[in-house]
Amino acid sequence: MLSLKNGPFRFYTQYHLVTLLGVKAKNPRELLEGIKTVPLSSIYYHTHRFLQQHHYLSPEPPNDFAYWLTNILNIKELGELFASVDTAEFHSMETLRSRFVEILECWLSENKYTVDCPPGQEFYFTACKTFILPMPYSARNLKEFAEVLRQISINSLYFHIFEARMRLQKDENDFAAWFRLLGKDELAEAMSKLDPYTITLEGLREKIINMVREHAGN
Amino acid sequence: MPGINDYAPIVGPSVISELYLLSQRLAGKTVQNVNSTSVGGGVAEILTRMVPLLRELGMDAKWDVIKGNDKFFNITKKIHNALHGANVVLTSEDWEYFLEVNRGNADEIDFYGDIVFIHDPQPIALVEKKEQVGGKWVWRGHVDFTNPLPPVMEFLESYINRYDSTVFSAPAFARDLRIPQVLISPSIDPLSDKNKELPEETVDEVLQRLGIDRSRPIVTQVSRFDRLKDPCGVVEVYKKVKKHVDCQLVLAGGGATDDPEGMKVLDEVKCAATGDPDIYIIYLPPGSDIEINALQRASTVVLQKSLKEGFGLTVSEALWKAKPVIASAVGGIPLQIKHKYSGILTYSIEGTAHYLKQLLQEPKYANKLGLNGREHVKNNFLITRHIRDYLLLFLSLYYEGDVVYL
Repeated sequence: MLSLKNGPFRFYTQYHLVTLLGVKAKNPRELLEGIKTVPLSSIYYHTHRFLQQHHYLSPEPPNDFAYWLTNILNIKELGELFASVDTAEFHSMETLRSRFVEILECWLSENKYTVDCPPGQEFYFTACKTFILPMPYSARNLKEFAEVLRQISINSLYFHIFEARMRLQKDENDFAAWFRLLGKDELAEAMSKLDPYTITLEGLREKIINMVREHAGN
Repeated sequence: MPGINDYAPIVGPSVISELYLLSQRLAGKTVQNVNSTSVGGGVAEILTRMVPLLRELGMDAKWDVIKGNDKFFNITKKIHNALHGANVVLTSEDWEYFLEVNRGNADEIDFYGDIVFIHDPQPIALVEKKEQVGGKWVWRGHVDFTNPLPPVMEFLESYINRYDSTVFSAPAFARDLRIPQVLISPSIDPLSDKNKELPEETVDEVLQRLGIDRSRPIVTQVSRFDRLKDPCGVVEVYKKVKKHVDCQLVLAGGGATDDPEGMKVLDEVKCAATGDPDIYIIYLPPGSDIEINALQRASTVVLQKSLKEGFGLTVSEALWKAKPVIASAVGGIPLQIKHKYSGILTYSIEGTAHYLKQLLQEPKYANKLGLNGREHVKNNFLITRHIRDYLLLFLSLYYEGDVVYL
């Protein structure tokens, strides 16, 4: 699936069904245990959920861990460390998990006190089952691409930018890969460099449409 | 009743077309819903809307109701209270009768569904028929499972574990089960009388009828008069704020006349409010959806200071109207509000008063919270998201693995 070679760009969309793991944490130590043991789909969900569910917020929505550490446990410095992990730099969930483990282990070794959250405010680990399906849209050139990009849902945009790269472990997002196949290397580079984590999804849509239109005439 | 395409102007045409895409993958599958009542209560309310919309999307959705007498429903009421943590006793005779009624229904019901979707504890033991009739079986618990009475939960779990999948409304309700557990939040219907857009004249007319001054700030809590909604705590909050900022308080709700405890709470609230002409305690009879809608729309800030809450959809109702909401961090409320992003979460009377003063005096910040809240509800708590989650749930019964290519 998702074969791009010499063909039109086929648009896909994706949805998450949220699953409950029955694992919870009330302090940083338990959060560490949870992060170490939950499936990778859970790390994925907790670091990307905000992007889809709160995609109107800008800039830089925090991941679930950062939100909980900052707003529930009130450990601002640890929350900030989690929020500032540059998710765009990580190409796999396993390495992202390792980074969180490293931050927590380091913090716990330096801070001997432990803080429990108020009852009922525990961190509940969840995961997700992702469904990917083709949309009845395709583009043969940049002009068509920009037109379709305006019509697709936020979920479709999300799939091609985030899901493809992070969870399906591709080297670059789907759009950049297709631009490269079209010989639009400059546009592909610009697309690859874009940090999609610090902009709303609607803002991202506009930005990509503008970039594509600029190159469509070249 | 609105059709599925009537939601397109609200959520966007792409959301509706993607619902069709998903439902096409379930073409030919029959979903048989079973619950214990066709009218009254949240489950019947959502099925009344959900079944026709699923059918419009091309799914063969049906709905059956089990039969029971007063004795059976008294037992299931006890089960319901026990799930909310009440210390009730269910005798072995109670359980035997509960199973007898379930088995009687199981013999009468024609289980034609490819997917049999059982709602709440009342018909839970119908799953004994699963081996015989086949199909995929799902159980959804619609109530709060945070702190259930252990023996009652153990009994129910012995049945839940026989299903193929189960659904809960909040992460805190997850159990240690052998089957997959799915999180699906409830939803509001943006086209219902309680949530649809209202002409300004209607809002004016309702407020005028109730004697409330629209030219001054209005702080509202819409809830039945129940101690768990802490109406007296809300009056205390108001009194603290009123010393510094002029405002009116509206406590509106129903459910008091047939509930002796509710009448007592109503009297206590009236007593707490005595002598202050800016406190409005309004008892709303059933069917007052337009009045609730108008009150929420006329409010400057909406409170939901519950001590315990199942999901607390009144929060989503207010957020949908772009109102800044201050609510207790209990039950499903933290799913609806991210603190300082899409509303304010509080833990005490003092905290609620502090933020209420702030929001009344910082209308720009309050408006931003309300607008963020509306977007959050639009994306996560409208009926269209609920339908999508159900379609994904049904698909999950046929596909294994974390990533499914359809």
